[in-house]
Formats: sequence, C-alpha cells, structure tokens
Amino acid sequence: MLAKIKQFLGMEAKPEELASKEEVEKVAEEKAKPRIGYVHLSGCTGDIMSLSENYDILAELLTNMVDIVYGQTLADVWDMPEMDLVLVEGSVCLQDEHSVKELMEAREKAGLVVAFGSCAATGCFTRYSRGGQQARPDHESFVPIADLIKVDCAIPGCPPSPEIIAKTVVAVINGDMDYLQPMIDLVGFTEAFGSDLQYKVVNQALCIGCGTCAMACQTRALTMTSGRPEFNSARCVNCGVCYTQCPRSWWPADRIKQDLGL
Amino acid sequence: MVLGTYKEVVTARSTDKEIQKIAQDGGIVSALFCYALDEKIIDGAVVAGPGKDLWKPEPMVAMSSDEILAAAGTKYTFSPNVWMLKKAVRQYGLEKVGTVAIPCQTMGIRKMQSYPFGVRFLADKIALLTGIFCMENFPFASLETFITSKMGITPELVEKMDIGKGKFWVHTADETLSIPLKETHGYEQSGCKVCLDYVSELSDVATGSVGSGDGWSTVFTRTDVGETVFKAAVEAGVIETKAVDEGKFGMEMLKKLSTQKKEKAMKEIDRRKAMGLPVPYKGSSEKEDPLANV
Repeated sequence: MLAKIKQFLGMEAKPEELASKEEVEKVAEEKAKPRIGYVHLSGCTGDIMSLSENYDILAELLTNMVDIVYGQTLADVWDMPEMDLVLVEGSVCLQDEHSVKELMEAREKAGLVVAFGSCAATGCFTRYSRGGQQARPDHESFVPIADLIKVDCAIPGCPPSPEIIAKTVVAVINGDMDYLQPMIDLVGFTEAFGSDLQYKVVNQALCIGCGTCAMACQTRALTMTSGRPEFNSARCVNCGVCYTQCPRSWWPADRIKQDLGL
Repeated sequence: MVLGTYKEVVTARSTDKEIQKIAQDGGIVSALFCYALDEKIIDGAVVAGPGKDLWKPEPMVAMSSDEILAAAGTKYTFSPNVWMLKKAVRQYGLEKVGTVAIPCQTMGIRKMQSYPFGVRFLADKIALLTGIFCMENFPFASLETFITSKMGITPELVEKMDIGKGKFWVHTADETLSIPLKETHGYEQSGCKVCLDYVSELSDVATGSVGSGDGWSTVFTRTDVGETVFKAAVEAGVIETKAVDEGKFGMEMLKKLSTQKKEKAMKEIDRRKAMGLPVPYKGSSEKEDPLANV
C-alpha cells in the first residue's frame, strides 16, 4: 500500500515534514496529473457533494492538480480507463450485476481504491435494506465494498466533512503517509453501529464521558446521560463516525502536536 | 517532559473581586472567557453550567459574563462539554467558540480538529481552548457517597468542593469537612486510569491550583493563540501574574503529581495490554519516553 501511494505520487513519502509548496508545484508540472476516477454505487451523492463544498481549493484541484478521467456526470466516457486512484461512493448491491461489475473493474483498473464515505466503508444506511421494494424488489443485499474487493483506504462519514476530504487530498499530494495511516487502518472497520461505543469503549473501561461521540454523531442518535453515551438505535445509520471520532478508539498524538505547533 | 510543551508558566489570578469570591482558585478560566467575550475573541463559550440536580453540571453555552460567572467553580463529575460544541455552532450560530475542558475532553477536541471525519465546519471555530489540570473524575454517585455517607451531610448544604493537600474538601456555610483522598480511591471512573495527561498538554492555555498558593492558579501558555490571549488579558489588567514558585509546593509539586499520574497510568496500560484489552496508547516498551501522552 505504502509503495503504491509513493509510486502513484512519484515522490518518496515525507513522514517528518510536509513537502513544500514549490515541491508540490514542481511535481505537478513535471508529472502527468494523477488520473482520478469516481464510481457511484448505492449512495446518496452526499459524499461528492461534500467534496464540492471545498470551494476555495476545488477549481485549482480540478484544473491543475488532477484529471477526472471517469465518473458518471463528471467525465464523458463509457469505458473505464486505467486510473491512478478511484473514489468509490456507496455500498455495493449484490443483486445488481452492473454495480458488482463496475466495482470489480474499478479494482482492476485503479492503482488505489478509496472507500469514500460511510456507505462504501461500512455500508452505512444501506445496511438496513431488506429488499422487497419497487422498482427492483430483488435488490436486497448492500455491503461495504471491502466485502468484495481489496480496499486501500477508507474515509468514513455520512458524509465525510469537506475538511477531511481536503486534508486527505493535501496529504495524498504531499505523500504524507502519517496522515493517511488511520484511513488505511480504517479499511477493516466495516461493521459499524452506535453500540460500538458500549462494546469497545464503555465495556473496555475506556470511556471518560467527554461527549465527543455525541458531538460527532451526524444523526443525533447519541446523547450523554450520567457521563456515558446513550444510544438511540432507531436513529443510527451505521456510519461509524462516533467510534472513529472517540479519543479512546485510536490516538493520533504526533499529528495533533504537529498541527498545534507543540 | 511531564508538563507538556509550553511557552511560559506563571502564577496568576483574576483581578476582579467578584470572580475571586466565587472562583475555585485564581478564577483564570472565568477571567479569560469574560475578557475574550468583551474583546470579541470569542462569541460565546461552552462551560460546565449548573444542572437540574445540585452539583450535577450540564454543559451550557455562555454568551455573557454573567453566564460565565454562573458556571464558575470546579465540579467533580461529568459535564460532556465537547457534545455542546456542535450546538454552539449550529444552533447558537457562533463563529468563534471558547471552551473549558479537562485533558480527555481536550484530546477529543484536538483529534476532531486533526481528523474531522464526520464533523463539518466546526474544527476551525474553536477559538480558545482552556484546559484544566485533572487527576481523575468521579461519577455523580461517587460524589453522593462522599457527601452523604462519608461526611454525613446533604448536597444542598454544600457550597464548594475542592481537592488539595491530600484531601477532598467540602465547604458549607458554617463548616469545612474533608476526607482523605485515600478514601476516594476506587470511586473514580475507570477510563481515567489509563490517562497520561494531568496538565491539559494539548490546550491553548492550561490552568489549575497545584503549584500556586491559595486564591491563585498556575497557568501554562502552550499554543500561539493561548499565549496571545493570555498576554493580552494580563496587559488589560484583568489577570495579574507573579513568578511561579519553583520549590517544593510549586513546580516541584506539579511535576511530582504529573509524574505520579503518568507512572500509574503506564502501569495500568501495560497491565491491560498484557490481558489483551484494547488501550489506544502505546505500551511502555513501545515508546521512547514512557511518560509521553502517546
């Protein structure tokens, strides 16, 4: 994975310091722009909309830094070309042969596959599907893409915030592997639910009642009662953000100090 | 470095007589927030305000000095302030939020700022994070046990709680009661036992009573923001400072307590890891500085 990202960027990873602006520009000039694809499976388009909320960097990103070579509504092509990186939004429906085929093809054609947003990463809301609905009652089983293919990097969120998308883009362009490491680790986190907090934090004697999970929950499925998360399962969409954001699930100490200048 | 990275450490207190009267120690958090509100450095602050039950705080968004002062003083149980940050931005429409946080809450906020996976347009609105020193936190029922069973009074009579000089203190209108800290052991929440941060190492400004005399607080300025706001508050005369005591009851005490907390936590982290339990921190053999908060 590391080697693949380095190769993709055409530069050695610089874990200690960010590549300078000049270096990024130089790479941008010298190298062919990374070819990015976007595959939209079963999701609501919220993830790519969140990406587009990065107004300040979007024009520069799309014009000078990357080439969008594949994507419904984004590129006028029918056949999937070779890609350096593909963003997959949405879970994959096992009964939908087109989705399955497109995902498999994306894995073949792309150097790196990113599960972009919680539907692709954890299944999210589509995990509740039980089929039996028009227009395709047979479309019943929706799973995170890592169930079918090898995924390189996951960005959970329903949707992921515009900021995490921008930070990830910057990290990819700078070859900042330290920043990306948690997202590489999150690839295996495909079965998310609000009760993760109870099983993996409270039950493990780790909860300190800080309220970060309840703050992070994007559907207000979590409140705090007597210093512990109280979970309303009816509101949970299985996005995994509460546990991902919990300071007791994983702890990026060095990155935080670097960001604060400490 | 058991006290975290910092630019400067001083002993300080609010110059406001009203704050001095109601504050836990030097009234630094209250003074800083009132000053930051006046100067529009923040539009509001998330603080541990009075809740429905006595001594059971609830996070609240304070928009005026009066509201800040209503939340003055330490509460020794949970107030999930981080939860309220989103409300402060979404529902109160604040662009620049201040908040007071114990070390674990500071860690939740800082992780969110560095990795805001599902948290949209909030990370850049935290304008001032005031951290407080924290050895451990207690479930509310533990406080009830101290007050009701061990001291034999009721929460209504309590005017102030404090921890210091090896004791848990309760002040009522006409008496001061205490139990040795030994007797509080076993009543703290379990999550605190793996915490490696005593002095809010990741806050903008960190403050607490240890290291300074009665009515004063020890203050660390850590980030550029923290240094700027604190210095401005001192220059404006709302906070007065003096050199920190380097001796036995000053910095030495602070270093000793921080080291004790970290050593105890490392032992517990190693113990839990040996049992195969998850802990987000490295074991003592996995890191260079065994007391670092990593």
